[in-house]
Amino acid sequence: MSDFSEELIESKTEDDQEESYVFSGTGMSFPWLQNHIGTIATGGKKEKDFAQTTSACLSFIQEALLKHQWQQAAEYMHSYLQILEDSDSHKRQAAPEIIWKLGSEILFYHPKSNMETFNTFADRMKNIGVMNYLKVRFHINLYPVFHIEVKKPERNLFHSRNARYSEKANSHIVFLNFFRLFLGILQFLFFSKAPLELTLTDEDDYAYNAASQSMLNHSCKTSVNLGALIQTPGVWDPFVKSYVEMLEFYGDRDGAREVLTNYAYDEKFPSNPNAHVYLYNFLKREKAPREKLISVLKILYQIVPSHKLMLEFHSLLRKSEKEDHRKLGLEVLFGVLDFAGCTKNITAWKYLAKYLRQILMGNHLAWVQEEWNSRKNWWPDFHFSSFWAKNDWKEDKTLACEKALVAGILLGKGCRYFRFISKQDDEVLRKKIKRIKKSVENHSIVNPGL
Amino acid sequence: MDLEEAKEFKERCTQCAAVSWGLTDEGKYYCTSCHNVTERSKEVINTGAIPNTKIQAINRGLKRKRKLEKGWDWYVCEGFQQILYQQAEALKTLGVGPELKDEVLHNFWKRYLQKSKQAYCKNPVYTRGRKATVLEDNPSHSDWDSEPDLLSDFSCPSFVESGPDSQLDSRTQKPFPISKASQSETASICSGSLDGVKYSQQKEKGIVKMTVPRTLAFCYLSLLWQRETITLSDLLRFVEEGHIPYINAFQHFPEEMKLYGRDKGIFAIESWPAYEDIYKKMIEIAKFLDLPRFPDITEDCYLHPDILCMKYLMEVNLPDEMNDLTYQVVKMTGIGEVDFLTFDPIAKMAKTVKYDIQAVAVIVIVLKLLFLLDDNLEWTLSNIAEKYNEKNKEDKPWFDFRKWYQVMKKSVDEKKQKWEEARAKYVWKSEKPLYHSSIDRAVVYKRREMVVSLQKQFSALTDSAPTVEKKSPSSFQFNWTEGDSAGTCFHGHSLQGILKKKGQSLTTKNSLYWLSTQKFCRSYCKHVTTYEESNFSLSYQFIINLFSFLLRIKASSLHEEVSLIEKRLFKRKYSKTQKKSRSRKRRKY
Repeated sequence: MSDFSEELIESKTEDDQEESYVFSGTGMSFPWLQNHIGTIATGGKKEKDFAQTTSACLSFIQEALLKHQWQQAAEYMHSYLQILEDSDSHKRQAAPEIIWKLGSEILFYHPKSNMETFNTFADRMKNIGVMNYLKVRFHINLYPVFHIEVKKPERNLFHSRNARYSEKANSHIVFLNFFRLFLGILQFLFFSKAPLELTLTDEDDYAYNAASQSMLNHSCKTSVNLGALIQTPGVWDPFVKSYVEMLEFYGDRDGAREVLTNYAYDEKFPSNPNAHVYLYNFLKREKAPREKLISVLKILYQIVPSHKLMLEFHSLLRKSEKEDHRKLGLEVLFGVLDFAGCTKNITAWKYLAKYLRQILMGNHLAWVQEEWNSRKNWWPDFHFSSFWAKNDWKEDKTLACEKALVAGILLGKGCRYFRFISKQDDEVLRKKIKRIKKSVENHSIVNPGL
Repeated sequence: MDLEEAKEFKERCTQCAAVSWGLTDEGKYYCTSCHNVTERSKEVINTGAIPNTKIQAINRGLKRKRKLEKGWDWYVCEGFQQILYQQAEALKTLGVGPELKDEVLHNFWKRYLQKSKQAYCKNPVYTRGRKATVLEDNPSHSDWDSEPDLLSDFSCPSFVESGPDSQLDSRTQKPFPISKASQSETASICSGSLDGVKYSQQKEKGIVKMTVPRTLAFCYLSLLWQRETITLSDLLRFVEEGHIPYINAFQHFPEEMKLYGRDKGIFAIESWPAYEDIYKKMIEIAKFLDLPRFPDITEDCYLHPDILCMKYLMEVNLPDEMNDLTYQVVKMTGIGEVDFLTFDPIAKMAKTVKYDIQAVAVIVIVLKLLFLLDDNLEWTLSNIAEKYNEKNKEDKPWFDFRKWYQVMKKSVDEKKQKWEEARAKYVWKSEKPLYHSSIDRAVVYKRREMVVSLQKQFSALTDSAPTVEKKSPSSFQFNWTEGDSAGTCFHGHSLQGILKKKGQSLTTKNSLYWLSTQKFCRSYCKHVTTYEESNFSLSYQFIINLFSFLLRIKASSLHEEVSLIEKRLFKRKYSKTQKKSRSRKRRKY
């Protein structure tokens, strides 16, 4: 609703494209040309005062809306409605749309208006011929949502869905989906309010039964709406989330799992990392076997190697008995640290330092070298420059220590980063640095002798 | 949603042209594709099902009434007569003498009917269709010479007396042209009046056709004839403020005078009258009517520049002392002479004076003489006046242009804002909607109904106060009272700081002057000068805009008038072709 004026302009251009806007080749438009062209279109005839005052009236309304003067806006609206009787059929036909938009805006915020007035207004709109009546109904239902009066708005919506829509079918289909979404959300809102009500009522009460009954009813309807929607390929993140939440609430775990699996794995859907995140979180809540969790995150790893779940993925892999899983664990850590956004992720560095030691102790030098070979050209400058050494030391000494250990292992004692950190004399960390020096000497993949 | 039941209704929807009807709860048809609800309701076939006979009776009654869209037989000129009648009545309530309506306007109108061969002549245009009943008893009045006779004779009662009665009288005498109605309706060109179609097509040379704006020209002509204290700008302002019927004047026609079809083009007006337009029409009509020279406009008439200048000086809050200066300018230019001021339509170049614009132009010239208005001198003079006023608080204060500007600017801006808002809120559409043809009728009425109900809804949201309160008519738009605490009234201020003694007389301190127009356009394009705002000083722009707002005219026409008077004032300068733009000018006071 906030970019209402934009909408208005859009709708205007849709309605009378041929006369009001001039598009240059670059897709730019010159709104100031509009007036000139307007006079040309009327054949140089003087604009009637009626047309003048109504357009002045329109700008007064817009100004009032901008300043949130609903009272004044309503006053001008009273006069602006005359445009419905304009003898210029072009203007007359464009008017309902404008009136609907302005009017609903005014009624939306006007302190004296309520659901009832809003409804009557919308009802009249259908009589003056607002083209997309479904949109009108949509707005009607927005009103209670914004005014926290959710009761049973869907009733109206269901009703309007039964109506027949003729030629404009194409745009309707698009809107219908949108509409379904909204419907689903609305029901979800109702649902999320309901548990609150339930806790307030006494359990033995008859009301409790009735309430829970109606809730079941709602969830039923919602699953129809959202379920149908989610079948359509697309990105439906918030809807899937709330749908699953609802399903889980009613204990329909299988249903939820199915929805999420479908959402994540169906090839018709666009690749969507969140789908996998949702599935993973769901499975985690379900305490699914590690194997399964790993397989979900594997896909996520392929899509977003820098995802924050990757650290969790790493710890899963680390614990795994399978060799290739453990190798993948190293890969994942390196992968995370490839990203500039993760350079200061202390956990990642800690994991890497610990894991490197662990792997080297396990005699898997080849794994490390494999990873390192592709990175040795740029990691030293990317992570282990003397600038970073100074910087890290200043900002976070623990991070600097972890990094120094990794640098020492990967680049040997001579590397700038390690040298800088090891030279630092710090009371608290002295012991730690000593330990680092030791483990570097033990594990470094660079042969110091060479 | 009884789609089954609605199947028998086969008409196309007026909104989307689909044929797909449902029935509403009230039994009305609505279009299922666009939700348009028709006026038509499903007829209840089984009347036995209705227990209440009263409902049946109402049902039948409504149906019969709809077919009867026939009112009285009336002619277009009668419509105009109605409007003129209303306007004359309105003028009377504004305080204009009753002679205006009964004698002057009445005669002008009769003369018009005669000249345009609609009545009061041997062979009026209508006699073929119907006898001009008004004429029957006095067929000989075809000449202006018989004026006294006409004046005493109220053979046109619908004008002088109340309209509806006379219509009823004459109705019995009129043979009803049966063929007409059915013919025109099939051709879908129709009109409520008998000759609406013909009238709108008629293009006879040499005849000034009556239009709604011309009714105002008639009003002004009679005001001028009576030398009433209403100028043209006042008249048009009263129209805009709704004190004189003009827009939707047909609303107040007797109910039996039905208007539709072509009548819409004739009587529906969607613009306010414009000064220049009405002015031209007035001259045109005066010439067409072949009117004699109008009564002299002498020094004691309201329209004389001296008096009008006094009025406008008061209106714009300028010192009374300026009256002497305007008097001088009027005298020097000769625009106060009777021959110049009196309107004579028979003269070769029929031309009347735009009294109000002229008076205002004189004031502008005086301001230029005093302050030069070059964005410099007026402020210097203001500084002097301000200092003087601070020192001598007891004396009569000197006129301070800057202070005056601040006061006026503020109040004019407020007025203008209010005026614009009032215009934006203006209710153009009548309660009685006009439609083009019987096919439109239902749609138009439906639309009207819709607008009214929507308006009701929005007016419920506003405060209970009516949207636009009606101002009581006044020839003054500003009200400055002397001695109010804010010191915003400048009427009593003196011009001492601006004038200086020279010998025995006073001259303006400022000895410079610049001409608003240096060279007049001599080609045949009819305009003598142009007004490009940015070419002029800001103070001049302000003053021109102030006055043109006051008179509701274009700034350019005031500028033109100023230039024309300057031309008279500085004849010598204009006759010598090569002169500097700033001519020196010394005047005695």
